[in-house]
Amino acid sequence: MSGPSDYQPTHPALKWIERRLPIMGLVHSSFVAYPTPRNLNYWWTFGAILSMMLGVQILTGVILAMHYTPNADLAFRSVESIVRDVNFGWLLRNVHASGASMFFLAVYVHMLRGLYYGSYKEPREVLWILGVIIYLLMMATGFMGYVLPWGQMSFWGATVITNLFSAVPYVGDSIVTLLWGGYSVGNPTLNRFFSLHYLLPFVIAGVVVLHVWALHVAGQNNPAGVEAKTEKDTVPFTPYATIKDAFGVSCFMLFFAWFIFYMPNYLGDADNYIPANPGVTPAHIVPEWYYLPFYAILRSIPNKLAGVIAMFSAIIVLAFLPWLDSAKTRSSKYRPLAKQFFWIFVIVCVLLGYLGAQPPEGIYVIAGRILTFCYFAYFLILLPLLSRIETPRPVPNSIADDVLAKYGSKSVSTVVALMVAGTLLVGGAQNARAEEQEAPPSQSWSFAGPFGKFDRGSMQRGLKVYKEVCSACHALSYIAFRNLADDGGPGYSSAQVAALAAEYKIKDGPNDQGDMFDRPGRPADYFPSPFANEQAARAANGGALPPDLSLITKARSYERGFPKFVFDFFSQFQEQGPNYVVGILTGFEEAPPAGVTLPEGSYYNKYFPGHAIKMPKPLSDGQVTFDDGSPATVAQYAKDVTTFLMWAAEPHMEARKKLGMQVFIFLILLTGLLYFTKKKVWADAH
Amino acid sequence: MVGGVATLWPFVSQMNPDASTIAAGAPIEVDLTPIAEGQDIKVFWRGKPIYISHRTKKQIDEARSVPVASLPDPQTDQARVKDGHDQWLVVIGICTHLGCIPIAHEGNYDGFFCPCHGSQYDSSGRIRQGPAPANLTVPPYQFVSDSKIQIG
Repeated sequence: MSGPSDYQPTHPALKWIERRLPIMGLVHSSFVAYPTPRNLNYWWTFGAILSMMLGVQILTGVILAMHYTPNADLAFRSVESIVRDVNFGWLLRNVHASGASMFFLAVYVHMLRGLYYGSYKEPREVLWILGVIIYLLMMATGFMGYVLPWGQMSFWGATVITNLFSAVPYVGDSIVTLLWGGYSVGNPTLNRFFSLHYLLPFVIAGVVVLHVWALHVAGQNNPAGVEAKTEKDTVPFTPYATIKDAFGVSCFMLFFAWFIFYMPNYLGDADNYIPANPGVTPAHIVPEWYYLPFYAILRSIPNKLAGVIAMFSAIIVLAFLPWLDSAKTRSSKYRPLAKQFFWIFVIVCVLLGYLGAQPPEGIYVIAGRILTFCYFAYFLILLPLLSRIETPRPVPNSIADDVLAKYGSKSVSTVVALMVAGTLLVGGAQNARAEEQEAPPSQSWSFAGPFGKFDRGSMQRGLKVYKEVCSACHALSYIAFRNLADDGGPGYSSAQVAALAAEYKIKDGPNDQGDMFDRPGRPADYFPSPFANEQAARAANGGALPPDLSLITKARSYERGFPKFVFDFFSQFQEQGPNYVVGILTGFEEAPPAGVTLPEGSYYNKYFPGHAIKMPKPLSDGQVTFDDGSPATVAQYAKDVTTFLMWAAEPHMEARKKLGMQVFIFLILLTGLLYFTKKKVWADAH
Repeated sequence: MVGGVATLWPFVSQMNPDASTIAAGAPIEVDLTPIAEGQDIKVFWRGKPIYISHRTKKQIDEARSVPVASLPDPQTDQARVKDGHDQWLVVIGICTHLGCIPIAHEGNYDGFFCPCHGSQYDSSGRIRQGPAPANLTVPPYQFVSDSKIQIG
């Protein structure tokens, strides 16, 4: 039911517009005067949170698209360019990437709310189905968005998911070729994914309009599941729901800000900091966390086609919910059996998510099959059965009665607990590289934690180590000489940078004769690569390619295991990469342990996966002398060069943490103010 | 209705590989002389990795002694190589399960091992155990001479 539409603006100019396009009246009746049940709890703020997140993603996405290049050879570099060179590019990228995760977290809470309170029941079936459509569009958008940075996970995730369509009988392979625009995932695929990724959010926005329209026709559901009957049951949307939503949004922003500023890579995969390589498959291809339950369902079925059908069915089954659950009582508050099974279902989903990130071996396979069965059984067997056999408790007579009866605010803490628990499980799942590999020892890093800073002296010593040792084989092509003078960096002056650059010979040209020539480096030049191309690099290194070191400390990780990864979320531990690099540099051993044979041309390293590394021990004591008198030991070299490389991978880290502190203080104050305002506004309504 | 489909067709067709992609996927020639017995190389054709294996007699015998009916995807070794060139195995290095690249000379069958979900192929590139449903695909190729093949 729409609100009263007797709104008339007073100002003559506004009256003039209103007569021709009654938009003010529409906004007034939909979001100001609109009668909203007065017993809504905080689970109901997620609609507003989702609308905000859609806006945030579209805004940051359109802006990122101004700087991104959707070409297979240029995409990865263009994203790094955004992060390093575009003003606040690092912030935009973090907001958009973390925002996608937040968007899905909010949508899952929103859907579970609908499940628990029976918001899909008559007369809200179309509203619910529109929601399922929005969810499907979100999944498509998210999948294509993840491909765009063109990292290893982007490429291989795209390969695996597009390959799914080859399961379709007869036309499967033609469909896949059509999707790819070629004979494998490649540039045509990337280009079209970019186009569609830009388009779909606007399609989502259109369906959201329909979704809200359908909502306003039926009116909102409420925790009692009893429809509003009189004026005593409702309050006008503004200021009551508006302030409550504002408070909810503010709390959500605090949670969101934790990821943007302090844990930007917690929900991601280190492999995506490696540029896509069609010739090398990562050891563990894992989708983003919000797809993990469906990935687990897909892998549970041994037959390829059946697995694909099962995976899609797991989503489509949601659309049939209004007919699968025909119980007259809406809210699970008054359905004791349904309530218990609901929570079991939530646990099933979370466990499926965990399994989706594990290697499909042994007990994980069996568990996956059992849980897949439970998932479908909930919808197809349990809910229809319960609607027939369950005796519900009596519902309140009206919403007003429900408000007068006391109910606790544990819903808020449940939301928070669920969100944190879900995130932790995800973080743990992301870290699951199941090799029986010894984890490198944890070092102490000056840049760790919310107040971490780079040690300037360490970075300068690290640069010396890179120049004198590593640069013989390893490129650093994302760092320009000018970066050495940037804020938050090693702290060289412009004069020092110019002098350093001039020591290098850079290829330039063609000159007017059409020839390439060498010239001294300038601050704007990037560190030159030691080899002309990949083949030259391999030929000089026994067939192995020494990786570019610009991103190495973000492109490597290892499993932290339970319960470490829980504490990591709160302590902001994200130094797996630097610990690994130090481990490699100091982990060489003269001879392999008894019984282990190394392939030709390899060396034994304690922390390298598989232990056989093609790089000989690069560091020895006394190799590099430091002007500041620091010890000339391997341990010192390893620590310093890794500090330098961490800066190389994330030059804006200090700015990120500084802005994060300011944003957090602001948001905490804002949340506090909104809380008290909300209490004041609602004082007479409770 | 006919007009509708006719209007729609260009929009659908444009998604298929374009002329330059098709041209880039034109056949390639590979010289086999540098490949020693027991060695294999990886070349790329149409964006896909292709393993060319110079099989040892042991590998050929192992492949031929397997009862064909016991294979998950029954196929004789002879059907997967060219007559008179039994020592050369040419397969697309893409696991038929979910598309990862199997590692050569690994696994229990002296063939290929896919690290993603553990599928194992034998020295003829046939699936022996694991979730992959089919043998490694043999791309279209022919012998231009005894030491050169054309793929595609």
